[in-house]
Amino acid sequence: MAFYRPATYQKPLAIALLIALFALPTALTAGGQEFYIGFASRVLIFALAATSLNLVLGFGGMFSLGHAAFFGAGAYAAAICMSNGITDALLALPLAMAAAGLLALSIGALSLRTRGVYFIMITLAFAQMAYYLFISARSWGGDDGLPLAGRMTLGGLSLGSDSALYYAALACLALVIAFLGRLAEARFGRVIQAIRENETRMEALGYPVFRYRLICFALGGALAGLAGALLANLTGLASPNLLQWMQSGTLLVMVIIGGVGYLYGGVVGAVVLLSLEEGLSGLTVHWHIGLGVLLLGIVLFAPRGVAALFGKRHG
Amino acid sequence: MTQLVLEQALNGLQFGLMLFLLAAGLTLVFGIMDCINLAHGSLYMVGAYFVAAAAQAADSFWIGLGAGVAGAAVLGLLLELTLFRQLYKRDHLSQVLATFALILIANEAVRMLWGAQPVMLNPPDALAGPVEIAGFFYPAYRLVIIAFGLAVAGLLYLLVAKSRVGMWVRAGASNREMTEALGINVRNLFTAVFVFGAALCALAGGLLGPLLAVQVGMGESVLILAFVVIIIGGIGSIRGALVGSLIVGTVDTLGRALLPTLLRAALPADAAATLGPTLASILIYLLMAGILFFKPQGLFPARA
Amino acid sequence: MSLRLTTLAAALLLASSAHAAEQIKVGLLSTLSGPGAGLGVDIRDGFNLAMKHLNGKLGGLPAEVLIADDQQNPDVAKQTADKFLKKDKVDFMTGIVFSNLMLAVGPTVFENKTFYISANAGPSQYAGEQCNPFFFNVAWQNDNLHEAVGKTVHDKGFKNVVIVTPNYPGGKDAVAGFKRYYAPKEAPAGGKGKVVDEIYTKLGQLDYAAELAQIRATKPDALFFFLPGGMGINFVKQFVAAGLSRDTQLFAPGFSADEDIIKAVGAPMMGMFNSSHWAHDMDNAENKRFVADFQKEFGRLPSLYASQGYDAALMMDAAVRDVKGKVDDKAALQKALEAKRFKSVRGDFKFNTNHYPVQNYYLRAISKDATGRVTNKTMGTIFTNHADAYVAQCKMK
Repeated sequence: MAFYRPATYQKPLAIALLIALFALPTALTAGGQEFYIGFASRVLIFALAATSLNLVLGFGGMFSLGHAAFFGAGAYAAAICMSNGITDALLALPLAMAAAGLLALSIGALSLRTRGVYFIMITLAFAQMAYYLFISARSWGGDDGLPLAGRMTLGGLSLGSDSALYYAALACLALVIAFLGRLAEARFGRVIQAIRENETRMEALGYPVFRYRLICFALGGALAGLAGALLANLTGLASPNLLQWMQSGTLLVMVIIGGVGYLYGGVVGAVVLLSLEEGLSGLTVHWHIGLGVLLLGIVLFAPRGVAALFGKRHG
Repeated sequence: MTQLVLEQALNGLQFGLMLFLLAAGLTLVFGIMDCINLAHGSLYMVGAYFVAAAAQAADSFWIGLGAGVAGAAVLGLLLELTLFRQLYKRDHLSQVLATFALILIANEAVRMLWGAQPVMLNPPDALAGPVEIAGFFYPAYRLVIIAFGLAVAGLLYLLVAKSRVGMWVRAGASNREMTEALGINVRNLFTAVFVFGAALCALAGGLLGPLLAVQVGMGESVLILAFVVIIIGGIGSIRGALVGSLIVGTVDTLGRALLPTLLRAALPADAAATLGPTLASILIYLLMAGILFFKPQGLFPARA
Repeated sequence: MSLRLTTLAAALLLASSAHAAEQIKVGLLSTLSGPGAGLGVDIRDGFNLAMKHLNGKLGGLPAEVLIADDQQNPDVAKQTADKFLKKDKVDFMTGIVFSNLMLAVGPTVFENKTFYISANAGPSQYAGEQCNPFFFNVAWQNDNLHEAVGKTVHDKGFKNVVIVTPNYPGGKDAVAGFKRYYAPKEAPAGGKGKVVDEIYTKLGQLDYAAELAQIRATKPDALFFFLPGGMGINFVKQFVAAGLSRDTQLFAPGFSADEDIIKAVGAPMMGMFNSSHWAHDMDNAENKRFVADFQKEFGRLPSLYASQGYDAALMMDAAVRDVKGKVDDKAALQKALEAKRFKSVRGDFKFNTNHYPVQNYYLRAISKDATGRVTNKTMGTIFTNHADAYVAQCKMK
């Protein structure tokens, strides 16, 4: 089976991409298309969220349908930080990650006893519980969500402009990708992948399988929380919508489109899905049909995801 | 008071059997073909629309129900032949993506055909009101649903546990190659099961239409409930689906009926008013998480 | 776009700022997919019908209406609003159905100094402390229809009332609105009636049998429910099937009992009372034309959402005409919008200082009309020139 390892030529490609992404806001501004900076930020943030799910799903082999809970928890943590005067991202973002990570740790500890479809459903069940709790929590705005008074600052720098937030999101995504790339090569990464491939053998070899899985699950949750906190900054709102199961489904679809277990799978999936949405919804009100047909096409003709068309998974 | 308890128990049974109609088809396709079908809810929605359209055209609920179920079966056949056949051998992720795509397509197609507003589907006039049983009034139509639920449960039991076809189905599910080697066409068998599942879905949609809104998106709201039921019961087990449905139906109904009152007695009014309904709405998820914690394969694992 | 073109466009933009615009652009962002789509589609169709009546012009200027789907999702709504504001540079925005989406989109719209004409969502925030010169609501404040029901139930002398609503803040607001006029603390009429039970259900709940049994045991003489969308349809169907309508009078705000819901439930809804600021049988020339043409165009009766969409377009038209097309003069445009120089299909109303309507609310009953169709019939006036409860908190700049 496959390994979560970038092909060698991907590194220069990644650097080139990073440079291009770095120049994007300037280019968009010059072209009078400032709106797309906000759109690009949203894509980056969803790319981060999808990547965090890919860590859990593709890397750890845990098919979670409750990832939106951590995404939403991060957003709420950010909004709660803001309303309590913690406006510096250097403090608020780690707090959001910690909150989402702790939530993931506790949900994971209960859920990881189950396997396969049962795991899918128990993660979904916990996410639904979180959704109903947030929607009825009046002090956090309930259905209306919890608005942020403004955007965070980053060590004194304001994230108020769309470009500033874009760069913050880009930096987070790049750091996370670099970190995960290293993690895949490190001992932890190798063990967790080996567990994905053959759990029984790893158990027999004396590895604490449950603990490894749990750490991977919690790490994925924390990274989703980071994405959620960034999204709350972008939209100025933490809303229970973020915890809906359809949101988990959307993240899952992004990962599957992009390529399960590919380092860039989440990124590719977010770019493809959100661009399709953006492009198709401009053409017709009935764009969902078009999107559905395209997704079916991907399942039938590129079953291993779009990333698989470009990069090879090493085995 | 006893009457109220009796009535609530009947409500729990009724809601449970209503869920069973939904879950039966899902657990068959899921358990036997090992295929995650998120579009199960869409078949339920399309079935309800078919029944509503046919009932309106024929001016008879029962003719509409028959025609709608037949229509959904044909649609199920087409879907199985063109798409699901390819999906059985794929992993769960591909199945999730493909059936997610089907949800998008189904919702939009229904909206284009019938418009964005909900459509009308009412019970036959004779069943529209309540009847008196054991000293209280109970909606006649809900009794019909109880009857249908029990009939479907019985039929499925006979079909799966007692008939030759049922034996093939169980054999095909547990060891496909071996079953084929014995000369049984598993492919056609799976098609039949899928079509039967689709028909059950439409039956559920048509039967529940007079109680629930027939509208775009109605499938997604029941899908999760149906999943919860079959997970609690154990995937692939009809008996599990029935027991799971009844547990979920009863716990949900009693939770909604009793929790607010109980909490009001135990907690300050303010806290009870917030906590009661919140707890009631997450009760079945708590139940599912609890059951899976102790029985990670559900109550009646099909492949124990 | 090349640099030269950009400069040219910029120069044109600068030059035109003091002159009349050549074209008016409207961004209509509404819920057009998912279970809430019926409401958004009605707003859109109402708006489009007005555009047809206005020959595609607003204030005499050619108009372009951009339509987008918010998928009932705040972050999609925010992003699409951004596109309307920054890319398409629309002059007006409208269309949002749900308050939570309105609150997500509002800040960007206001920051961009673009006028938002709400054709539905009327959150209390924007009526009170967070009121904004760029926000106008041409429909109602969220509580108004609930208040009107509360007043009716009080005036009709019902003594024991049960309330059913989902367990989320919108539901609790509805209860507060209802109680504000049903059992006010210093009730002028003595407040003889009381709310015997408040039942909070799960959002998106399907089955109401448990609640109905509880209601039967409570034996209320009136029941007020606020269950948006499909939940309301589920509830009414099950309520009637349980035979409860014999002893308990049903009340709901207009949006739980308008044509979209009636079409889905049919005869079982007969006899139900509801409140609205508009009705399709209102006797004025504008409304008659609107209702007749809407039916001709779309083959169904318009709902209150459609009437609000229609009014939103008329409001823009009148204001643009007022400022002679100089929509860049924001202060003048605000004055023109406040002046409300159009004839609404609901008859006369005016804007309060918080840009929410001061208007009449009517009682409607669902019954069969002369042609045998089940529909709403206006029974009388509940409130005359009624304002919302939050206006005092609004310090409009």
